[in-house]
Amino acid sequence: MSRWRSLPEPTWARVSYPQIDFQDIYYYAAPKMNGAPKSLDEVDPAILDAYKKLGIPLREQEILAGVEPQNRVAVDAVFDSVSVVTTFRAELAKAGVIFCSISDALQEHPELVRKYIGSVVPVTDNYYATLNSAVFTDGSFVYIPKGVRCPMELSTYFRINEKNTGQFERTLIIAEEGSYVSYLEGCTAPQRDENQLHAAVVELVTMDDAEIKYSTVQNWYPGDANGRGGIYNFVTKRGDCRGKNSKISWTQVETGSAITWKYPSVILRGEGSRGEFYSIAVSNGMQQVDSGTKMIHLGKNTTSRIISKGISAGRSQNTYRGLVSAHRKATNARNFTNCDSLLIGNQCGAHTVPYIESKTSTATFEHEATTSKISEDQLFYCMQRGLTAEESTALIVNGFVKDVLQQLPMEFAVEAQKLISISLEGSVG
Amino acid sequence: MLEINNLHVKIAGEDKVILRSLTLKVAKGEVAAIMGPNGSGKSTLSYVIAGKPDYEVMDGEVLLDGVNILEMAPDERAAAGLFLAFQYPMEIPGVATMTFLKAAMNAQRKQRGQAELTTPEFIKRVNAAADLLGIPKDMLRRPLNVGFSGGEKKRMEILQMTLLEPKMSVMDETDSGLDIDALKIVAEGVNARRDPEHAFLVITHYQRLLDYIKPDTVHVMSRGRIVKTGGPELALELEANGYRDYQSAA
Repeated sequence: MSRWRSLPEPTWARVSYPQIDFQDIYYYAAPKMNGAPKSLDEVDPAILDAYKKLGIPLREQEILAGVEPQNRVAVDAVFDSVSVVTTFRAELAKAGVIFCSISDALQEHPELVRKYIGSVVPVTDNYYATLNSAVFTDGSFVYIPKGVRCPMELSTYFRINEKNTGQFERTLIIAEEGSYVSYLEGCTAPQRDENQLHAAVVELVTMDDAEIKYSTVQNWYPGDANGRGGIYNFVTKRGDCRGKNSKISWTQVETGSAITWKYPSVILRGEGSRGEFYSIAVSNGMQQVDSGTKMIHLGKNTTSRIISKGISAGRSQNTYRGLVSAHRKATNARNFTNCDSLLIGNQCGAHTVPYIESKTSTATFEHEATTSKISEDQLFYCMQRGLTAEESTALIVNGFVKDVLQQLPMEFAVEAQKLISISLEGSVG
Repeated sequence: MLEINNLHVKIAGEDKVILRSLTLKVAKGEVAAIMGPNGSGKSTLSYVIAGKPDYEVMDGEVLLDGVNILEMAPDERAAAGLFLAFQYPMEIPGVATMTFLKAAMNAQRKQRGQAELTTPEFIKRVNAAADLLGIPKDMLRRPLNVGFSGGEKKRMEILQMTLLEPKMSVMDETDSGLDIDALKIVAEGVNARRDPEHAFLVITHYQRLLDYIKPDTVHVMSRGRIVKTGGPELALELEANGYRDYQSAA
């Protein structure tokens, strides 16, 4: 904490906001409960109801009864600063998978937590990561043992309910040799006049031949049309491909938040490891997005791929900021980057800031970037066929982001598509 | 069916007047052709009928079944039964042709207060229309018009016309860039829809298309107005003598 106090706030991103009064934030807000819930039946019905309205299934039996086994999703629900419930724990435990809140993990598996936490994102990493390290109260913990393919999708849903609350959760996922897990994180917050702060840290570790697929659908409250209220989303996410031929893939659909400051990154340490980053960032109204990725090639024959689709509407500003670097020993490192920006209207902005550093002559880095505007001619064509201006825009935008949507698990791709349409409502006259 | 009275149109934000006191009628069941030299305002007329925002109507009215459509948005005109086959159809990257067709058909049904098509019903209709127009199934899975040849794009326009079942179709130089085989297929698509309930306004520079789509009426357009109206023989006369007489007369 004292280390954080000594750090200056970062100002290099293309975002502007009034200075945050860090004394004015509740660092811990818990839903009212008498002790920790032992099962779903003990969870406050109001909370269950809130999740139900969000379409998030917490009731295991309902899921078991109605849905095909391959579509089952285990959920860890984080309300304000506390994890309220984690489903399917018993069944996952049979496969050897540990999926629980990080506070439970500290009680039950302290050796694992201690070994890995802070090993990817050190306490001293950056301003918000340091703040998180000092004050984090909960989050999700996943451990996939050697050779296990996690039998279902895992997910965490975050919701910030209390006003003036800062949510500082910490997620740690470890995939041992030859294992695989697909993890989805969803975020929502109701409308509030004040700004709320979300400063999370996510750490991923893959050992030899392991793979983690991490998807995010972020729909924090973006503030009103004049930029009042909304979430400040200042997040540090990083994966470490520690083992040979391991793989980490980040997919994100970002539609909410007043300000997004987020760069999911991969450290390609193991020989032949692979990092991927697929992103859709939608900004409307007064939203500001400064997002991208870092691919740090350290090992031999490492490869990475970046596909970023930015969509700006209203008076928003949308920046892609990415770093691809190859260390001296990263022979034959390869990267392919494609950044496309789509502008809707003439008051928004799109910016692309790629940084490329190579210390080895054997690296091959490719970068493609396009900026286009939805043309009046395309809109007119769609409208002539009977689609309204908004339906036409949604259709063209969905075509634009298709490459990235395909990376999401099926059921979430549909949700994400709807979300994109909703966020762009009112963006065309 | 379509009635245009004393239409004056200029490019929005500019002084250039393109259509001047243009008057034209297309009756129910009629196939009317408009022929004219380049720059006579033929394409502008088709865009104004469909509601493209680049133009400003200074005076006049466009009636579809007696209703002035000039105040309606393009999608409302479409739902009212108006279709424009574009001279240069737009590419929509990432949107599969099937997806686009279904969205368009259901959007029109919604505006008319009809229920959405079921997927089996939709597929049945698309397959029937595609077979009629010699459109291979793999083309329907590709993004709309992206990488299509000129002929494929025009056939896709006719496919959309067939599926959307408009009562009034305006075809803007559908023959441009088509070889004779493609031309025949396009003409068959139009002829298949010819009946006492439907009307067509076929805009063309050349007589060639009219060998395959026999018009009831031929209008000659020059400098933004209709300068002569006659039967199919007028098209043959233009083919022989060119547009010179009309350009000087206008």
